[in-house]
Amino acid sequence: MLRRASMLLACRSILAARARPFSTDLPAAPSADATFTEAWTKVIPNMDPPKTPLSFMQPRPPTPSSIPSKLTVNFVLPYASELATKEVDMVIVPATTGQMGVLPGHVATIAELKPGVLSVHEGSEMTKYFVSSGFVFIHANSFADIIAVEAVPLDRLDVNLVQKGLAEFTSKLSSATTDLEKAEAQIGIDVHSALNSALTG
Amino acid sequence: MAMAMAALRREGRRFAPMISPRPITALRSSPLAPSLEDECPIGVRYISTQVVRNRMKSVKNIQKITKAMKMVAASKLRAIQTKAENSRGLWQPFTALLGDLPSANVKKNVVVTISSDKGLCGGINSTSVKISKGLHKLNSGPEKETKYVILGEKAKAQLVRDSKKDIELIITELQKNPLNYTQVSVLADEILKNVEYDALRIVFNKFHSVVSFVPTVSTVLSPEIVEREAESGGKLGDLDSYEVEGGETKGEILQNLAEFQFSCVMFNAVLENACSEQGARMSAMDSSSRNAGDMLDRLTLTYNRTRQASITTELIEIISGASALEG
Repeated sequence: MLRRASMLLACRSILAARARPFSTDLPAAPSADATFTEAWTKVIPNMDPPKTPLSFMQPRPPTPSSIPSKLTVNFVLPYASELATKEVDMVIVPATTGQMGVLPGHVATIAELKPGVLSVHEGSEMTKYFVSSGFVFIHANSFADIIAVEAVPLDRLDVNLVQKGLAEFTSKLSSATTDLEKAEAQIGIDVHSALNSALTG
Repeated sequence: MAMAMAALRREGRRFAPMISPRPITALRSSPLAPSLEDECPIGVRYISTQVVRNRMKSVKNIQKITKAMKMVAASKLRAIQTKAENSRGLWQPFTALLGDLPSANVKKNVVVTISSDKGLCGGINSTSVKISKGLHKLNSGPEKETKYVILGEKAKAQLVRDSKKDIELIITELQKNPLNYTQVSVLADEILKNVEYDALRIVFNKFHSVVSFVPTVSTVLSPEIVEREAESGGKLGDLDSYEVEGGETKGEILQNLAEFQFSCVMFNAVLENACSEQGARMSAMDSSSRNAGDMLDRLTLTYNRTRQASITTELIEIISGASALEG
């Protein structure tokens, strides 16, 4: 019983710490909430205003004056967080304009991803994932957020299935009639040929 | 004898609401009286325990049912909680990049209310609807309009009553198949196609713990409004410092970004709301079983009192009859 009580206390203190916005960080953050809270209390005085996502987030560090040595990467998928604030040397992302290497101190960028290989370089080890699509945000403080819809490590891909899929979608494209079918078949071909080059290249 | 009769009369008054209120005058009760009094047939003076016993049986059944519902809700919660926690990282990059502007002044607001399909889950759906109506009121003005998109039967029932003309889209039976990102992104696509918006405000209950659900509103702004806010400085002022790679124009990428943000935030919101629903159902069913238990205790006491009173009555009659014979 004592253990559970202490756990409860710990949970509650963590919750309290997380739920309240810190006063020491980004001065802009609380003000947006403050205008909303004020407007709310004026119109609906009886209810507490709803919380907003800002109150649930850890604040990000500001842009440092010198280029940091490591890049902090958050790689998230809808059903898992692959990498969460991991410090790495470099990541190579498959942006729509081609493979883009991201090093610490990279200029702030928003880029859309196309199906391709994402590689994370940490020291001497390199992890490769095949990414279906998504976005990457590179912030000025050497934080990189990669949000992908689907990502698998390369060793989970089956070459035969890839070849079959490619053939199937090529035939679908040739037999497609409407624009929608053509677009779907084209997307299928893009993904499968990217898969193919990922596995062979 | 007089004392016994007085005691009986007192007893009779105490369980007046339960049983026939006139046990002493059962002689007068007609056979056509309603069912509550036909446990006192003419000529017999006793108080029946049948009604109390029936009540006890039904309360016990209800207690069993609510306990079972609580167990079911607990197991469903366990299944969906891991999914919700894993999806929490999904909206954080968007908020880190674009910030969160719930007070943005826009012309076309769309409030997306997420609620459950099934009931018996405490007050979470009412809270969501109250917050949605609050947002509607907050964003009403000369040129502004607010529309609703409703997910779930419970919010539909409440909002259809007074805001029928403001409802754009109603989506129900969300949880027929286990929630996954594909389903939610199709849903988000439908909403974005059919509804014109400047700002989307998603109202849901964020799951903190089994007993705590916080109503939350997430704001997703359309690309035009994002541009406007970025130009006017303030929160999004440094958005311009971000280079936009690829695509024909910056606008195209921002459009894709807004749509992607909406589907990610929706996915997280739907999962969190489902967790909150199961948690609320657990606590509602738990308090319900406890209430049923209390009720059962009280009924048992009443039952025992009634039983003892009828035994006393019988004894009194026998003894007085015997003493009448002797004396």
